[in-house]
Amino acid sequence: MSEAIRLKTPLSDADVEKLKAGDKVLLNGVIYTGRDAAHKRLFDLLQEKKPLPIDLKGQVIYYVGPAPAKPGQVIGSAGPTTSGRMDAYSPKLMEMGLKGMIGKGMRKKEVVEAMKKHKAVYFAATGGAGALLAKAIKKAQVVAYEDLGPEAINRLEVEDFPVIVVNDTQGNDLYEEGMRKYAR
Amino acid sequence: MREVNAKQITEVVKKLCIDANLYLGEDVLAAFDRGEKMEESPVGKEMFQQLKENARIAREEKVAMCQDTGLAVVFVELGQEVHIAGGDFNGAINEGVRQGYQEGYLRKSSCNCFSRVNTKDNTPAIIHLEIIPGDKVKITVAPKGGGSENMSTVTMLSPSEGVEGIKKRVVDWVKQAGSNPCPPVVVGVGIGGTFEQTALMAKKALLRPLGQKNPDPQLATLELEILTRVNNLGIGPQGLGGRITAMAVHVEMIPCHIASFPMAVNINCHAHRHKEAVI
Repeated sequence: MSEAIRLKTPLSDADVEKLKAGDKVLLNGVIYTGRDAAHKRLFDLLQEKKPLPIDLKGQVIYYVGPAPAKPGQVIGSAGPTTSGRMDAYSPKLMEMGLKGMIGKGMRKKEVVEAMKKHKAVYFAATGGAGALLAKAIKKAQVVAYEDLGPEAINRLEVEDFPVIVVNDTQGNDLYEEGMRKYAR
Repeated sequence: MREVNAKQITEVVKKLCIDANLYLGEDVLAAFDRGEKMEESPVGKEMFQQLKENARIAREEKVAMCQDTGLAVVFVELGQEVHIAGGDFNGAINEGVRQGYQEGYLRKSSCNCFSRVNTKDNTPAIIHLEIIPGDKVKITVAPKGGGSENMSTVTMLSPSEGVEGIKKRVVDWVKQAGSNPCPPVVVGVGIGGTFEQTALMAKKALLRPLGQKNPDPQLATLELEILTRVNNLGIGPQGLGGRITAMAVHVEMIPCHIASFPMAVNINCHAHRHKEAVI
């Protein structure tokens, strides 16, 4: 595994096309949080052809429902949640220009295919390392669906947020490759 | 008869909710050290280092080790000589959860099943009560995250499937769970009893100190055999490939109906949290 690639959001087609499954990436710039309930709302708006509260073009969504911030903290612990629950919604969001997703766990075939088609990538952050990952988040602000509490959409500003490419635009899958390599 | 005030139960539950989410047990930290040494995959080793660093930050800065601070699963062993005074027992536990999750800056993760509207205080707690001899109250709080809980199952096997059937089902189930439950995991297995009892046994198996063998040699052998097969899957830390998919397999067994062979698998993530206190 090579040295980490530093990327700044928003991401272009060229940015994501050069990424390969297994690459370590340090993300910088703005990313948005969104998990189950927020995804459902975004998806429903798109079905009704209504505008979204955030522009998805070139953006990265982080599947996370942070813990509440203690006084003096930017955000509480903020590690990834299981991505598979967002599978039903992700292809539609990629169609709208979403370039990256951060979570943990496997994606459905349809989502991997949509990544190839729309040129997007799926990153894994370390599941359960919420206290550590929160350190890379420098600003957090709720920008939509405040009523959802931990599931609200936050605009995060991150510095060197560490992720690994699991699915690239070529259809490679680090989970499958890794398992094949170490199975006995 | 010894009197225990409901307020005292609330205080203890509150503290246990916070402590369980902030301070990872020494047994788990030791398992991280062992895992880091044994892991062959460089990225897997790095994952163990991150988990150790994460646990250190949580402990020193007094923040939740994981944002998913779980549903509050509360096990109570209530001595039959104890009289709970000054309030309702279940209410006292729920109040402890309410206060603990609020004051500890823990995430409230409980919601209505249909509307998905958050209950906003992480109640109701999941309470398992057992009446035992004596005049003490032992309370264990085991916050359980959704990611690993979703990768759990109850199966009613045919008795003809035998112990091989158990091994195969557990290994297949961990394989299917893959990277989803935040490996390196701990695998709790319940065998026997009834449909609901086997699930509860699988969960209780997770409370045993990490890696401590079942005192029954047959079950201890089974635990080791399943662990070896699970770790031969190659899933590895975080599912990125490696030798350590599970840190331990804990099996519990009780007799079952002559027609039945129930089993349950309850997977726990590496944030293998539980704290206990005796009143």
